[in-house]
Amino acid sequence: MTQARVAVSEWTKFTSLRSSLWSLGVGLLLTIALPVVFAAVTGSHWSHMSASDRAGRHPLDIALAGVNVAQLAIAVLGVLLITGEYSTGMIRSTLIAVPKRLPVLWAKLGVIAVVSFVVMVPAVLIGFFASQAILSQHQILQISLSTPGVARALLGGALYVTLVAIFALGIGAIVRSTAGGIAAFAGIFFVIPPLMNILPANWNDAISKYLPSEAGRQLFSLHQGAHSLSPLWGGLLLFGYCALVVGAAAVLLVRRDA
Amino acid sequence: MITADVLTKDYGEKRAVDGISFAVRPGIVTGFLGPNGSGKSTTMRLIVGLDAPTAGEVLVNGKHYRDHPAPLHEVGALLEARSVHTGRSASKHLLALAQTHGISRRRVDELVDLVGLHDVGRKRAGQFSLGMGQRLGIAAALLGDPATVMLDEPANGLDPEGVHWIRNLLKQLAAEGRTVFVSSHLMSEMALTADHLIVIGRGRLIADLSVEEFVRNASGSRVRAVSPEATRLRELVLGPQVSVASSELNVIEVEGLSAQRIGEIAASNRIVLHELTPIQASLEEAFMELTRDEVEYKTVESADPAENVELAA
Repeated sequence: MTQARVAVSEWTKFTSLRSSLWSLGVGLLLTIALPVVFAAVTGSHWSHMSASDRAGRHPLDIALAGVNVAQLAIAVLGVLLITGEYSTGMIRSTLIAVPKRLPVLWAKLGVIAVVSFVVMVPAVLIGFFASQAILSQHQILQISLSTPGVARALLGGALYVTLVAIFALGIGAIVRSTAGGIAAFAGIFFVIPPLMNILPANWNDAISKYLPSEAGRQLFSLHQGAHSLSPLWGGLLLFGYCALVVGAAAVLLVRRDA
Repeated sequence: MITADVLTKDYGEKRAVDGISFAVRPGIVTGFLGPNGSGKSTTMRLIVGLDAPTAGEVLVNGKHYRDHPAPLHEVGALLEARSVHTGRSASKHLLALAQTHGISRRRVDELVDLVGLHDVGRKRAGQFSLGMGQRLGIAAALLGDPATVMLDEPANGLDPEGVHWIRNLLKQLAAEGRTVFVSSHLMSEMALTADHLIVIGRGRLIADLSVEEFVRNASGSRVRAVSPEATRLRELVLGPQVSVASSELNVIEVEGLSAQRIGEIAASNRIVLHELTPIQASLEEAFMELTRDEVEYKTVESADPAENVELAA
């Protein structure tokens, strides 16, 4: 039993489940299809749009429109990768084969990280080029990969989804239930951020930027707001949250009865 | 070889396994017997390290299970609870487990054939019947060609042909020199398969003996006598160590005297005997007798005034 062998085993597990391939496929589809739809709608309505509406449409936002939605599909994939084993009892077989346990967590993290990144990089690039092609008649909506920040934002979009997948896997390993894992993830990424608006504006500005979703978003935002972290610090902070969650998952995996 | 040393496991307030020590030896089939909820499954989970003991320890081939570099070659385990992802096919399930130890695809195919799942190897495990699931679990247990095979209620859900198959498989594995440890709550099943028995009840070790000894202890304790003068015979045999029961006219069942002695008593008192038969207690009865003792022992213990004082303090 070696880490490499456990990784091969986890790869077999991943590819032999329809649910994992479905989640991944949905994530891929959304990342490509949403920019295409968004670009088509924008292109056809451009002549009727007001100046302020036009100013609000940035071509990079169109190209990365799918990332915000795709993250949910990939997060579900991350949660399921571990909670699917607990709900079916597979975890017992897994931990009997690998009683040291941690190699299983590392292998799962490796699989989810590699799969998410390898799928998301071409997906955001296709989304970018496809939306640009659809908007080709509108000079003002054309940007190129060499425009400062664009390549970083595209790669950042793929990286963001990858980190989200890792975070979700860690949450799943802590919670050990599919419903609980998805709820916890959705709570942290989709429920808490809008709740921040209840706070006084200066509190909101001070706190919100440190939320995992807000910090991570800077990875694929071309311009940072006055109260946002830089892409580098935002990305590092999200990475730190991932490390925290995965660390807790590792400790619990070793300590708890399976 | 499995050795448990004062193995103890608590789940919250409940003590599931209560300081049991035993050794399971290679080359024979050892039955692990106890009523439902007596701690058999917990003990097996402790052996393969799914749960950590509260106190004591259990070693497999001289080491903690998790310290073996290739654990699937040491112990092959079938647990009572299902341990297969319902969305994955049987052969992919086995392949994923095999790959953790670099076990070949050929070995996986071999086992799929051996347990008779060849036709459904590509089917998703969620669609399996209980018996098919059991066969898949047994295939997983044998994957690493392990020196120790540990099966929790392997006959569960199997049809008679399957039960027969598993019986022969266990004997064959033991004949190959492996350690075979099989749990069951059915004594009759164990009597046909096992050479040695470890009996637990309420998490405590009740007996650790060969099946032969068990059968010997179980039988010959009662003698059935049929006589037209059964009532007179009853008066004659009764004594401090002897009890007599009667369920029908002219028939008595004597406990505590040998058939030979009863015959002699009858002859010296000129009583005609129509029948004199030592009764073999069924193994199931003997098993229940054993576990009942454990329950009584527990009750007596908790009524111990010394312990009550301790509890009050």
